[in-house]
Amino acid sequence: MGEDLKVIVFALGNEEYGIEVDKVRTIERMLPITRVPKTPAFIKGVINLRGVVVPVIDLRGRFGLPETEPTENSRIIIVAVNELEVGFIVDAANDVIDMNTDAIDSPPEVVGGIKAKYLRGVAKMGDDRLLIMLNLAEVLNRSEIIQIEGLED
Amino acid sequence: MDMNAYLSMFIDESNDHLQSLNENLLQLEGSPEDISIVQVIFRSAHTLKGMSATMGFEDLASLTHEMENVLDLVRNSKLKMDSFIFDTLFKSLDALEMMVQDIVNGGTGKADVSAIVSSLQSIVKGDYAAPAAAAASTPGQAGAVEGAAAAQLDEFQASVLKQSMETGHQVYHIQVSIEENCILKAARAYMVFDLLERNGEIVQSVPSVQDIEQDKFDRSFTIFYISQLQGEELQQQIANVSEVESAEVTALDEESLGLLSQPQVAEIAAASAAPAAAQAKQEAAPQAKRGGGAAQTSGGAVNRTIRVDIERLDTLMNLFSELLIDRVRLEQLASEIKRTELTETVEHMTRVSSDLQNIVLKLRMVPVDSVFNRFPRMVRDVAKSLDKKVDLVITGAETELDRTVIDEIGDPLVHLLRNSIDHGVESIENRIASGKPETGTVHLRAYHSGNHVFIEIEDDGKGIDREKVLGIAIKNGVIPPEKASSMSDEEVFMLLFAPGFSTADKISDLSGRGVGLDVVMTKITSLGGNVSVSSTFGKGTKFSIQLPLTLSIIWAMLVQLGSEKYAIPLSSIVETAVIKREQIRKIHGNRMIEFRGAIIPVLSLSRILDSPDFDEDEEEESEIVVIRKGEKWGAVVVDEFIGQSEIVLKSLGSYLTNTGPISGATILGDGQVALIIDPNALIK
Repeated sequence: MGEDLKVIVFALGNEEYGIEVDKVRTIERMLPITRVPKTPAFIKGVINLRGVVVPVIDLRGRFGLPETEPTENSRIIIVAVNELEVGFIVDAANDVIDMNTDAIDSPPEVVGGIKAKYLRGVAKMGDDRLLIMLNLAEVLNRSEIIQIEGLED
Repeated sequence: MDMNAYLSMFIDESNDHLQSLNENLLQLEGSPEDISIVQVIFRSAHTLKGMSATMGFEDLASLTHEMENVLDLVRNSKLKMDSFIFDTLFKSLDALEMMVQDIVNGGTGKADVSAIVSSLQSIVKGDYAAPAAAAASTPGQAGAVEGAAAAQLDEFQASVLKQSMETGHQVYHIQVSIEENCILKAARAYMVFDLLERNGEIVQSVPSVQDIEQDKFDRSFTIFYISQLQGEELQQQIANVSEVESAEVTALDEESLGLLSQPQVAEIAAASAAPAAAQAKQEAAPQAKRGGGAAQTSGGAVNRTIRVDIERLDTLMNLFSELLIDRVRLEQLASEIKRTELTETVEHMTRVSSDLQNIVLKLRMVPVDSVFNRFPRMVRDVAKSLDKKVDLVITGAETELDRTVIDEIGDPLVHLLRNSIDHGVESIENRIASGKPETGTVHLRAYHSGNHVFIEIEDDGKGIDREKVLGIAIKNGVIPPEKASSMSDEEVFMLLFAPGFSTADKISDLSGRGVGLDVVMTKITSLGGNVSVSSTFGKGTKFSIQLPLTLSIIWAMLVQLGSEKYAIPLSSIVETAVIKREQIRKIHGNRMIEFRGAIIPVLSLSRILDSPDFDEDEEEESEIVVIRKGEKWGAVVVDEFIGQSEIVLKSLGSYLTNTGPISGATILGDGQVALIIDPNALIK
């Protein structure tokens, strides 16, 4: 028997993704973002989260998906992993579900254009609903940012 | 009793006492005849001993006890300080520091100090020590004394009482008897204790307090008591407690105290020795009183402070910065709404909050003394190990700096001081040969100037040899040879801070590994400060460090760049100006302007920051902010000036690093984040 998890579900394009609820600080509507020069394009800038300056990443950009203009449904999910506090811009975030780690299968090589290393697995929910679980530590991996910076220079 | 609750207090106070011991011993080394310093040292050692014993750190207590024995002989003029005694005392201090450090790290504070203890004991037993005093102060002997007579004091308590007498308190021996038919003896005894504790201090009671509380006593008990009250008054007060049959209050003097505490020793010791010792004590007493008075006044000042966890101060600071942001927002709103009442209220709030800001910032200010105070000792040790004679002259130790800066500057200063002693000050023979006094002088100065604090380290040593520095720099590939002749002295001296640079002919134990000065530079720059060097060959060298007063709130110039806003720290702005397009000239492909008689580079902020919606090339006239980094200037072209403002520094978080010209962020009155530009990164 695996562990029971509570998962925040958010949408990116046509896929649904999940992050464990204990990694999520808050979910915010879109806030004014200040651009930070000399950073990779997927880093949209910083926001004022009640007096704390928090960097914001466009998850579409991070995964190499085409970026879109924010809509009414767009949200910023503030996650905290390994003392890093970062906001993710997602297309929508509107569900919290219970699931068991047993339901997570190891991911295929590429899901919806996202490399497997960013994924923890794929969970089958009900009949035809797939939930892609993110590997946050890898998504926030800083060494990769440094590589990207190196390429852009 | 749960000792943990007192442990942090014990550690703090032990460190204070160790520091004061260190300082005073150094002072005493300068003037060994000054008995008043010995008194101060003795008191510190004594307090330390008491605290350690209470906390159960036996090794600490026993080592301080031995030190105290030596010091006791010194202050009673039975022993003259010499360099062996000083070295032993310094070694003891080091051992004590190690033990306290061990306790800090969660250890038991145990250490093998037998070598030091035996050298301390040999000092005590030395030719100058009176046999009686030596006998009285060895612990074995004291142990034998214990429990001999009913109302007896152990050695420690006796010395507490003795000291109290010296500082002008009355010491009483009180015998209280309770009525025979009293049912709650313990309760009555408690009332007496309570009464006494209100006006003084109970040093010892026979039977012990625990026994009395548990009713384990006959009808009477005896107390040794320190107070300022008169004997009759005390007797009156105790007699007023109901069911107390009698109270005998006897004031004690040194002699009777001596008899009570060490009756057997008095018998054993030669009859002539005892009066001699008593006489010596009495001679010391007036001096002790003077010293005691001084200690009490300073003690009064100390009691008016409290220790606060630095994290709480940080929280206070954070909360205050939130308030500051709201204040700016309110000011904006008030100016839009234009209601007199609102404007007045906001103005009042502004005044109050700027007072509050001053206080909050001051709370975080610590005198540089807290860093400087460990240097005299360090300089002494370094100089001794190099066989040099060095005087360290500290001025401006009361200058205050933000706590965060204080925590960081210790190591850079240690580097610079060691550097000055090692490379600056010459060996004794060389000094005499060049007609200087054999003792070198290193000045350590701190002073305020504007929004900065300057710390200078100046030695009267051999100065920096320009040619030697250049030679090494060329050899190590720090600069190309053809550049050497065109460099100013200042530029040459700054080469010392280049990574991997060392001018020492031989690598010494202390400095000269070529690491150090570049580390100093990196550290100071990361604190927003600056280091400069000036030197006259043969006369000496001066390192000057410029540091910001605080790292959390700064004045900045807010500028507009298209739709974006940026803040430039005022500390690096020389001035602002408006220039015309045609004033910009191209020299070797670099855009320069003439400004105040100098040609300075034009830096395009829009290009450096990849501005999405501003390009100064479309403007006829450009606003420029002239910034400086050390001696270098640069003209930063911006879109528009917004104005000066006090801003709260916020970090960009640990996810964003390597942000180049951006050193941090701040939150503006409208809640937007504005980025802070690091002028040092703009000028190459």
